[in-house]
Parts: sequence; C-alpha cells; structure tokens
Amino acid sequence: MPHENGYPLPNELSIAQASDRLNCGECSAVELTQACLDRIASTEPQLKAFITVFAQNALQQAQESDLRIKAGKRLGVLDGIPLAIKDVILIAGDLATGASKILANYVSVYDATVIKKLRAAGGVFLGKTNCDEFAMGASTENSAFQKTANPWDTTRVPGGSSGGSAAAVAADQCIAALGSDTGGSIRQPAAFCGIVGLKPTYGRVSRYGLMPMAASHNQIAPLGKTVEDVKILFEAIAGHDPKDAVTVQKEISNLKSARNASHSDAGGSQISNLRGTRVGVPREYFIEGMDAEIEKSVRAAIDQLKDLGAEIKPISLPHTKYGLAVYYIIVPSEVSADVARYDGIRYGYSVENDREYLAQHPSFSLLDVYRDSRGRGFGPEVRRRIMIGTYALSAGYYDAYYAKAQKVRTLIRQDFINAFQEVDCIAAPTTPTPAFPIGEKSNDPLQMYLADVFTVTLNVAGVPGLVVPCGFTKNKLPIGLQLVGNYFDEGRLLQIGSAYEQATEWHLRKPLI
Amino acid sequence: MLNIDEVKKIANLARLHLTDEEVELYRGQLSSILDYVGQLKEVDTSNVEPTSQVTGLTDVTREDRVELANVDEHQRILNQFPQHEGNLLKVKAVFE
Repeated sequence: MPHENGYPLPNELSIAQASDRLNCGECSAVELTQACLDRIASTEPQLKAFITVFAQNALQQAQESDLRIKAGKRLGVLDGIPLAIKDVILIAGDLATGASKILANYVSVYDATVIKKLRAAGGVFLGKTNCDEFAMGASTENSAFQKTANPWDTTRVPGGSSGGSAAAVAADQCIAALGSDTGGSIRQPAAFCGIVGLKPTYGRVSRYGLMPMAASHNQIAPLGKTVEDVKILFEAIAGHDPKDAVTVQKEISNLKSARNASHSDAGGSQISNLRGTRVGVPREYFIEGMDAEIEKSVRAAIDQLKDLGAEIKPISLPHTKYGLAVYYIIVPSEVSADVARYDGIRYGYSVENDREYLAQHPSFSLLDVYRDSRGRGFGPEVRRRIMIGTYALSAGYYDAYYAKAQKVRTLIRQDFINAFQEVDCIAAPTTPTPAFPIGEKSNDPLQMYLADVFTVTLNVAGVPGLVVPCGFTKNKLPIGLQLVGNYFDEGRLLQIGSAYEQATEWHLRKPLI
Repeated sequence: MLNIDEVKKIANLARLHLTDEEVELYRGQLSSILDYVGQLKEVDTSNVEPTSQVTGLTDVTREDRVELANVDEHQRILNQFPQHEGNLLKVKAVFE
C-alpha cells in the first residue's frame, strides 16, 4: 500500500475521515475524487470492478462541492464524498447496463430515488460497478462484460452479486458504495472482501430506479470501510417513497446511541459496552461441512461480544434449512415476471437491429423478435431463472411449488419473530467458505446457490443484517460476522457492530493490491 | 427428470429461444434444482397461511397522477426505441 510518510492517501479514508479533512480544508473534494480516479486507473487492469467510470462528471461534481465548502455551505457529511454505484441503479443520462447484454447501450431516463437523495446530499458519483447480470449470482461471474477479481487474491471471486462495489471499496477505488441485496448480494461480497455491509429491513429503502429483481426480497444497501460509514449511507438513502409502495414511514430508532458509541471511542478512552444486550447464536448456522477457519473466527467474535458485556444465548431457527429452497422457488418466479419487460420492442437489445441476425433471417415474426431478442440478450443464469420461475408458476405446478414456498416462508419468518422475543440480535457466519476461485462453481448452478445458504433466510423473512470483518484465513482471505436484527432495528444492529469493530482491528487491514 | 418437450414448452411460455444444446443442458440443470427445492414437500404446512408481504403492509395506494417527463427524459426514451417512425415506436404487425 503506497503511503505518504505513513499517512493514508485520500482514497483510503472512510467517509467520516474524508469528511473531517474536507471540513478543515486539509483536502479538497477534487483531490479526493482524483485520488480515487488514480487508484481506479492503476488497479482496474487487475480488478475490473467498474463497468463505467464517469471521470469528467465526477470531477465536475467535486468542483461544485468545493465551491460549497469554500462558501461555508457544505451540505453535510456526504458532500464531496466519491461513491461507486452498482450498475443496476439508475443515474439519469448515464449508461446503466445491469451487467446484461440486453441493456449494453441503455441510458437511464431518470435518477433512482437513492441517487436523488445522494445527489441532494452532495455525493460524487465515480462510476457504475460490475455485478452478476441483473444481480443474479453469488460471484459476479455472471456479468456479460467482465469478471471482477477479489482484491485479497485476484484468482478468486469478490462474491456477488454486488462484487464490483465490494471490490472497489476494499481496494480503496472509492470511499464507499451502493449495492443491492436480494439473497446475500451485499453481505456475501462484504464478507469475501473484508468490508462492512448492511442489508436494511425490507421496505426501508426505496427501490424506485433499481432494476427489478424479486421485488418481495430485495433492498438497495450500503457497503463501506467502517460501521460508521454504512450508517451514514443508510441514513441518507432510507425513507418512505410513494414510488415504492412497500417503503415504510417508520423512524430509524437507536441510531443516536450508535453514534454516541462510536464517538466515545474517537476519544480513545472508552470502548462502548454491550451490557444488557442479548445475542442469540442459532445452532442451525453452524453446520457440518462449513469451513473450520470460518467457524473458529465467528465463534471467537461471539466470545468478543461476550467480553464486551453481551449475554450470549443459544437459540434455534428450526426452518433454516428450507430457506434456500424457498428462495429458489419464489425468487425465480418473481424474476420470470420482472424480466418480461425486456422484450426487444421498447428498449434494449433487439434482433431487429442485429445485422448478423438480419442476415441469417430474411423474414421473422413478432414472436421471433421476443424469443430471439431474449434468447440472445440474456445470459445463462437469467435464462435459467426465467425457466425455473415459469415452470413453478405454470398450470398444475403452482400449488406444489410457489404456494408451498410461500407457506414455508411464513414458518421462516415466524422463526425470527420467535427468536427476537428472547434476543436483541443474532450472530452467525455470513458464508460457509471464504472467497472461492474464479471458475470453481460456474458450471454447477446448484453449488453456486449453496454459497447463499446463510444469507437468504434474512431476505425470505425481511429482517436486516450487518456484516463486519471478523478475521482472516491462513491464506489471508477475509471472514465476515453476520449480525441479524429484528424488523426495523438497524440502529441497534449498527450499535452492536460498532462496539465489535472498536474492540477489534480486522477492519483496518488492507489488501496488498 | 423433465423431458425435452417439457423444457421446450416452458421456453415457449417464457418467450425464450433455446438451442437444442441449451434445451439438453437446462433439462439436467432444472431437474436437479427442482429436486433440491422439492425438499419442501416434507414440511407440514396444513395450517399455515402463505406470506407474500413480510412487513405486514396491506392495500397501499397513492393518487394516480400524471408527472410530465422533461425534455431530456422524453428524448432519452425516444432514443432507445429499437425501431421508430418519427416519435412513434414501431412494432411488427400483431395480426397477419
């Protein structure tokens, strides 16, 4: 890691640190943005985290921030902070591909609600990050354009689907990032890349302007270098939006104490304690076949929570083992409807504009436009999910698959409701293994699905989850602790995560890229 | 195990062209995924209501109000029509 006299480079800072530097004039927003762009230029040949980089626009946004700062009118902690955005979120006038060939040239018509909010807060958009096609995958290998490497070991995947955003944060190509999480797509890459990620409660953050992927499961979510940073981004993007009917009007509780907890540490004297906090440890998340180093690190993290004063209680979430099966019925069913809009007619790839196709097909029908545009435009995983979903929803199978899965979904949700009668938070591993080698699972879809075994149940139930770094394997691959909170209790989750983070140094390690 | 005709039927319902090799590939992959998710059969759900909304919201409505697109938005939409005549989206004949 290059350092000036042991002092961190601007792009290596957290939001909170960069914001302090901007406030005291030690660094300008343009310098901060340029440092990120330089880092992107030097590391992209290896990482391939970005699909599009908006160097010029970003520098212009940074200049505007600098003018506000000079005039004493800084908009807040995010003003002038360079961010990376997963390429399933719309920024008006900029390319938005969903990492899909079918939208390779698509230009966003409008800003997503989260982008509007970040724009109003003065955020600087560096570019759009790589992901699995339409966020379907667990390794970012399903991108139509490129495979992103893990900054800790470039022969391994960064996780997915928000792998580009996670790699960009871990490699200091940006200060923080947005991704989305439908079955673990924030938390699994956060764990694989050694950073912090928060999946909010279902309905906390508006999905208006997010490319649709299983609307009953997904959330836009922040990735950052510290718990404080994901808290800042979460507060900025959360809130009710009439354009996403499932968003709620609820205030975010317990955030103030989370802030106090981290401030007491900034003084260096006192580490916040967790006395009175009940942490549940579900036996179903420590399964046979899970990586021994991960189990060891996660158990050590739970001991650390105990040392901080938490009361540790063994609990049971008895329907955990059905989570993945429920997920892989309901999500493909929703996906088959979500992607019906890509039809070769209104926007995106169409065989009618494909010279090669036209040369091979002197005449073709409207039905051919649908079938062939979709057949050629979608990658294998998207097509696979369309097929599973169409099958599960088709006449004669609906009750056996979709209706059954929705009932088991009730049981999984009830497991969490019961558990949160007894505990304030649940501590568990994020993934059964550390980051796996690129190519290892790409020909076996079921093995790839199993990478999500510890994360999907949170989306099935709708509860929030926070991942914080909790160790490394012998091979220097990061391990993430997953903390699960009760509905709309992100504040407490952040408070507990922050206390753990302050007591450990895992989040301070940087990859040697 | 799904048969080839079943896979072709699903592909047709989904308006998805598959090559013969893809039909064979998906036949195996879909069958193993369906086997896996079939484990839900062992769960007793006789007295369980289905969940379609996890936080309990019901009947959320808002006023159906037209918001006019600005000139830029309008132009961006037009620019992405695969086929057009002037400002109109052009599609192939639905009825022969």
